[in-house]
Amino acid sequence: MKTWMIVSAYILFAPLLGGLLAGIDRKITARMQGRFGPPVLQPFYDVLKLFEKESVAVNHVQNFYILFFLIGVIFTGCLFFSGGDLLMVIFALTLANIFLILGAYSANSPYSSIGALRELMLMMAYEPMVFLVAIGFYMVTGSFGISNLVQSNKMLLPYLPGIFAGFLYILTIKMRKSPFDLSMSHHAHQEIVKGITTEFSGSTLALIEIAHWYENLFLMGFIFLFFTWTSPWGPVVGVLACLVVYFLEILIDNSFARAKWQYVLSSSWAVAATLGFANVVILQLLQK
Amino acid sequence: MPFFSKSPWIIHYDGSSCNGCDIEVLACLTPVYDVERFGVINTGNPKHADILLITGSVNEQNKDVIWQIYNQMPHPKVVAAIGICATSGGIFADCYNVLGGVDKVLPVDLYVPGCAARPEAIIDGVVKALGILGEKRKKMVARAKRKKMVTRLKQMKQKGGESHVRKSALSRHDP
Repeated sequence: MKTWMIVSAYILFAPLLGGLLAGIDRKITARMQGRFGPPVLQPFYDVLKLFEKESVAVNHVQNFYILFFLIGVIFTGCLFFSGGDLLMVIFALTLANIFLILGAYSANSPYSSIGALRELMLMMAYEPMVFLVAIGFYMVTGSFGISNLVQSNKMLLPYLPGIFAGFLYILTIKMRKSPFDLSMSHHAHQEIVKGITTEFSGSTLALIEIAHWYENLFLMGFIFLFFTWTSPWGPVVGVLACLVVYFLEILIDNSFARAKWQYVLSSSWAVAATLGFANVVILQLLQK
Repeated sequence: MPFFSKSPWIIHYDGSSCNGCDIEVLACLTPVYDVERFGVINTGNPKHADILLITGSVNEQNKDVIWQIYNQMPHPKVVAAIGICATSGGIFADCYNVLGGVDKVLPVDLYVPGCAARPEAIIDGVVKALGILGEKRKKMVARAKRKKMVTRLKQMKQKGGESHVRKSALSRHDP
C-alpha cells in the first residue's frame, strides 16, 4: 500500500518538481550570466506550447520510440522510489536511453545520427562509474535494495568519498550539463543544431523534456542515498545535499566550455578507474 | 489557453544581409536586452521554431533554402522580415542577382524596417508576432476540426446512403 502511494506520488509530482527545478536552473543560469532570466515557470510554458504545435514526424516509429523512452524513465523512477533493486534501476535506465537513441537513429538525419552516436559514446563513458556506485553501496550495506540503503544506520558518504566524487563527475553527463552536453544541450542551440532532438517537434519534443524532468529527479535520488541515514535528520541532510549538488551542477554548467567526446570518454573512465576503483579497493582492505 | 505568447522560439536566417541586422538580432539575446525573459529562445532548428526571422534580401541562391526552412517549421508559424533589405530589397533591390524582399518567396506576416533594425524594434516585432501566432493557432484548430468533419463525411459516403445535403456540405468544406 505504501509503495503504491509512493509510486503514484512520483508519477504525479515528479514532472512538477522536475519542471520547477529546471525553471530555477534557468533563472540561476541567467543571473550567473548577468541576465534577468525567464520566469521560473518557463519550462512548463515551453512544454505546454509544444503540445499546441503541429506534430511533424519523419516517420511514426520515432514517436513510438520516444513514448517508450518516457515510459522507461518513469518505470526506472518508480523502481527507484519504491525501494527496488539498484542494479535493476541501472539496467532499466539504460534500456530507456536506448529507446531515445533508436528514436534519433530512426529519423535518419545526419544531425540526429551524430547526436545518437554521441549519446552512445556518453553512455559508454558513464556506465562504469554508475556500476561502481552500486558496488560501493553493496560493499558498505551488504544490499542492492534501495529500501535497505535508505534505512542504513550510518551516512554512506564517509565510506564512499571517491565513489561520490566519481558519481558527481558523470552526473554532469547525465544531467546534460556543459562541459559534457555533447548529444543534446540546453544552451548551445546551434551546435550540431540540437543533437539527438533535432528531428523531434511538437508533442514528441515535449515528451522528451518531461522525461528529462523525471530523470533529473531520480538522479537527485542517487545523491540522496549517499547522505541519508535512519535518524530524522537523515532525509533533511539528504535533500539539502541534493540542492547543493544541483547548484554545483549549474555552476559547472556556466563555467566550462564544451569538451570533445574523446576527453569526456577518457576522463570519465580515468575518474572511475582511479577514484571509484581506489574507493572499492580501500573498502575491501578495511573490511578484512 | 495559448502558450505561444509565453514561449516563442525563434530561428534566424541570414539571407544576404551585411551582418548589421544579424548583429542586432543577436544583440537581443545579450544581457542588455535579454529576450529570454519573455521565453524567447534562439533555436537554430526549424523543427523547434515558431518564428522565422529573416535578415537581408532574397536572391537566386538562397530562395530555395528559405523555402526549405519555412516548410520544415511546424504550424503555427510566423515569418518576420528584419531590416529594410528583407522588407523590400533595400539599396540592393536593383542588383541583378537580388529578387527583392522576403515576401517574394514566403508569406511574410510582419516587417521590421530599419538599417539596421534596432533591437528595440526587433523585440517589438517579435511581440507583435505573438499575437499573429495566437490567431494562426485558432485558425489551425478550426481547420483541423473541418478536416475531421470532411473525412467523417467521406467515410459516411463510402458506407453508402449519401444524401444530397451531405454532398453539398462536402463540396463546401473540401479544401
